Amino acid sequence: MKAVRSDAYHAAKWSEPIIHELGKKGRRGFFAPSDGSEDLDVSKIVPEKIARKGKPELPELSEPEVLMHYEHLSQQVLGMMGISLFGTCTMKYNPRIGELVGLQEEVADVHPLQDPSTIQGILEILYKVNEFLCDLSGMDRFIFQPGGGAHASYTHACITRAYFKDKGELGKRNEIITTMQSHPCNAATAAAAGFRVVTLPIEENGYPSLEALKAAVSERTAALMVGNPDDMGIYNPEIKMWTEIVHSVGGLCFYDHANFNGVMGKIRAAELGFDACMFMLHKTFGAPKGGGGPAVGAYGCKEHLIKYLAGPLIVRNGDRYDLIENSSPPAVGRMREYLGNVPQVIKAYIWLRSMGIDGVQQASDISVLVNNYMDKRLTSIPGVKRALPHLTGPRMEMTRYSVEEIKQQTGVSIIDIQHRMLDFGIDAFWLSHEPWFVPEPFTPEAGEMWSKEDIDYWIDCFAMVCEEARTNPDFVRTAPHNQVLPRGEAVDVDQPDKWATTWRAYQKKWKNK
Amino acid sequence: MAHPYMSNSVQDIIKELLDYVGVEKVDDLFSQIPEDHRTKHQFKLPKGVKSEAAVAREVRSILAKNKSCAEYLSFLGNGYWQHYVPAICKTVVTRSEFLTSVWGTTLSDQGRFQALFEFQSLLGELLDYDFVSLPVYSWGCAAGHALRMAARITGRKEVIVPSFLEPERFKVIQTYCGEPELRGGLKIVQVGYDPSTGRTDLEDLGRKVNENTAAVYFENPNSFGIIEQDAAEIVQIAHQNGAEVVAGVDPISLGVLAPPGQYEADIGVGSLQPLGISLNAGGGVGGFIASRDEEKYARQYPTLQVGLYDDPKTGTKQMAMVLFGQTSYGARENGNDWTGNSVYLWAIASAIYMSMLGPEGFVELGNTILSRSHYFADAVSGVPGVKVLWSPSFFKEVVVDFRQTGKSVDYINKALYENGIFGGYDLGRQSKELEGCALYCVTEVHTKDDIERLVSTLRRVLS
Repeated sequence: MKAVRSDAYHAAKWSEPIIHELGKKGRRGFFAPSDGSEDLDVSKIVPEKIARKGKPELPELSEPEVLMHYEHLSQQVLGMMGISLFGTCTMKYNPRIGELVGLQEEVADVHPLQDPSTIQGILEILYKVNEFLCDLSGMDRFIFQPGGGAHASYTHACITRAYFKDKGELGKRNEIITTMQSHPCNAATAAAAGFRVVTLPIEENGYPSLEALKAAVSERTAALMVGNPDDMGIYNPEIKMWTEIVHSVGGLCFYDHANFNGVMGKIRAAELGFDACMFMLHKTFGAPKGGGGPAVGAYGCKEHLIKYLAGPLIVRNGDRYDLIENSSPPAVGRMREYLGNVPQVIKAYIWLRSMGIDGVQQASDISVLVNNYMDKRLTSIPGVKRALPHLTGPRMEMTRYSVEEIKQQTGVSIIDIQHRMLDFGIDAFWLSHEPWFVPEPFTPEAGEMWSKEDIDYWIDCFAMVCEEARTNPDFVRTAPHNQVLPRGEAVDVDQPDKWATTWRAYQKKWKNK
Repeated sequence: MAHPYMSNSVQDIIKELLDYVGVEKVDDLFSQIPEDHRTKHQFKLPKGVKSEAAVAREVRSILAKNKSCAEYLSFLGNGYWQHYVPAICKTVVTRSEFLTSVWGTTLSDQGRFQALFEFQSLLGELLDYDFVSLPVYSWGCAAGHALRMAARITGRKEVIVPSFLEPERFKVIQTYCGEPELRGGLKIVQVGYDPSTGRTDLEDLGRKVNENTAAVYFENPNSFGIIEQDAAEIVQIAHQNGAEVVAGVDPISLGVLAPPGQYEADIGVGSLQPLGISLNAGGGVGGFIASRDEEKYARQYPTLQVGLYDDPKTGTKQMAMVLFGQTSYGARENGNDWTGNSVYLWAIASAIYMSMLGPEGFVELGNTILSRSHYFADAVSGVPGVKVLWSPSFFKEVVVDFRQTGKSVDYINKALYENGIFGGYDLGRQSKELEGCALYCVTEVHTKDDIERLVSTLRRVLS
């Protein structure tokens, strides 16, 4: 086991200027190819009134300067270079073979408008991943258009809209039900698609009661959009009755499977009564998160919703794969352009082939086992309590905790602890979605990748920081001390004279003071 | 039992963990799930193949069935373009730090936040806008969000978009506009083009814009590749009617074409893909949103933004999330639209691309693309029966009219394919009136020899 030592880690620190401060006039990092076909009088083609006046004020850098700058910046990213237990995001190994394959010409240099006969390899892989996901979920068809989990949620809201429009009930069916513990994107995308959002609060058992759901459903109900298990590791054992209740009034049921890791190969969304579900191919299926995409929220549905699916659909005709279009209406035309983030789907294929059904089930076993191991160790730290501590049974693949007691006793907050953990090479862990209904929350998720030694190191560091909160609270409150930058003052950058999202705005707002 | 991706997949470790937790078997920990929820399905997903060599061989042999634009000479574009991607755009974003990071804080992931700020900042110079957000999924998604921003700003419910918009993008915009019967739904009104110029029909626009118009959306260059030289007039017509203007632009054109800030479009959107991102079979999309730095606009962004400020306490330059509270992360259904995982890794690739090009690179590349595409237009016009519509004011894409040849675009493209060439996109697929025409895309990757090869093949095919 790694010993917890305050000097065991220090971030790289390059004091890297903002790119606009680098370079010298006249330097070049790029030349366009030239073969003598460029002797054109551009002014004849671009009328004066639409020509750019003055060159863009970009920095002028040589290629190695650019490379070194961004490599330095990359070294100032902790992320998964240390231990990252980011609950709700299932941090796991991203096989690098997927990156090498993604760079191959047969992937990188394929145009989406090529004839399907020229992209048979890609279509085959997408079709097979579709089959694998159908197998895991019981759905009948998956699409890969959505570029992330929230986009898949929006996809469901749009398909719900198309479904009820087709049935002539659009104006009447104007409510979507979700729960307080479902991801904020469920509520937000339902609203963006035009629905009124009904959010059920959690109750005694850690999830909303059947009575609350029964009171919420009506002939106005268009859909239920819900995650399960939730971010506290609580599985709603009444979920089958939920789908029955929503179906009894004619609504559709969407399973946000962002928290699939603990139940992979154990339950299938369709068997629980859901009409549709989504999987995150980044995170759960081994494609990298990329610091926020490109990603894929694979959206799957049962037969009765296939005709509303967006985007080209892949069909198999013997040995040949083809693309067909649903007619729109009634289908949703597109969630975004083309088939989806194809390289990420290929990476998920690699992960699924390598893991197989045995590996997938083993991964869910390990992630639940390690979470419960963490739980026992963490709750033995003074001041660390489970969210909803009266629910004492085992949790799923993650658990939410609170350090409210430590905050009350020492003034040290969970954010202070999160910052201090950086000093040990531990990435900022997940706290909670807004709004926090558990004070001073944090939500680690172990997953199947990390070793027991890694997990123990993480817990040992956490225990040590909690102890520090009692013995040397100021040191924790001023953390991090071994990171790239020290903690600054909390400046309210949401004011028009303070926010600067570009260098030019920063020059105006911060340099003339 | 051991698997290379799972460090604890070892019998002894599992035993140790079970003993500590105090259960006999892992299944005891799934007690929350009722028995009748557990599946009895016989999974068809095969058992795992633990050898990377075996999986790599399988995947590569499947992918070998693909043809690529590296192997074939391609003239496909239609809003999605083949450009050269500098090597370091690829090597930097495949570094583990950027590739695998999740979403740390500005203190844990300072370098990523700085790179993302620089993306916004470099793009701001190119677009001539002071406020730039982090990207969204695609150009179409960016346009959709921007039109909804305009609707919230004006409180109006109609948007005007070109009738000749590239169809993928149009369908995305339709999805975002939703259904007028539901809350926030927008009605789409289409404006046509002038058949003699290929540009937006200003008279038609004048007839359609009114006090219900939330926004006018137009693109420059437009979906035919034509430069909208009257961009300022379009903006004026919209503004006279109290409508906002959303301009969709190709960022790679902005070394030579006026940026949207220069003709006073209110919100600029466009594709990230030309800025250092490979085609990826359509998986290279990304969209940006930018505007003047005014509260009216800033408070309507649905996206995340990274802000730079001088920290008074430490004297360092620090980053912070700007206007996080108005996103769906901060405010659930009360936020502006919604946000989520996006294409932030592509934003870093684009930052690298823009840094490499610099002011001279963008001007030079813009000129090269103009020259090459016009060289192409001249050369292809020399083929009997073939002409180029709407010359000379186009950038990168050009409509080639084959109607006089008596051969269909489908026939021509099949014949070109037999000769190792992907011909231009068949515009007949999207519009009856353009049957017999194809949209050809010519960029810096197309050499004079490539163009001559196409032209000589066309002569043969059409003779």
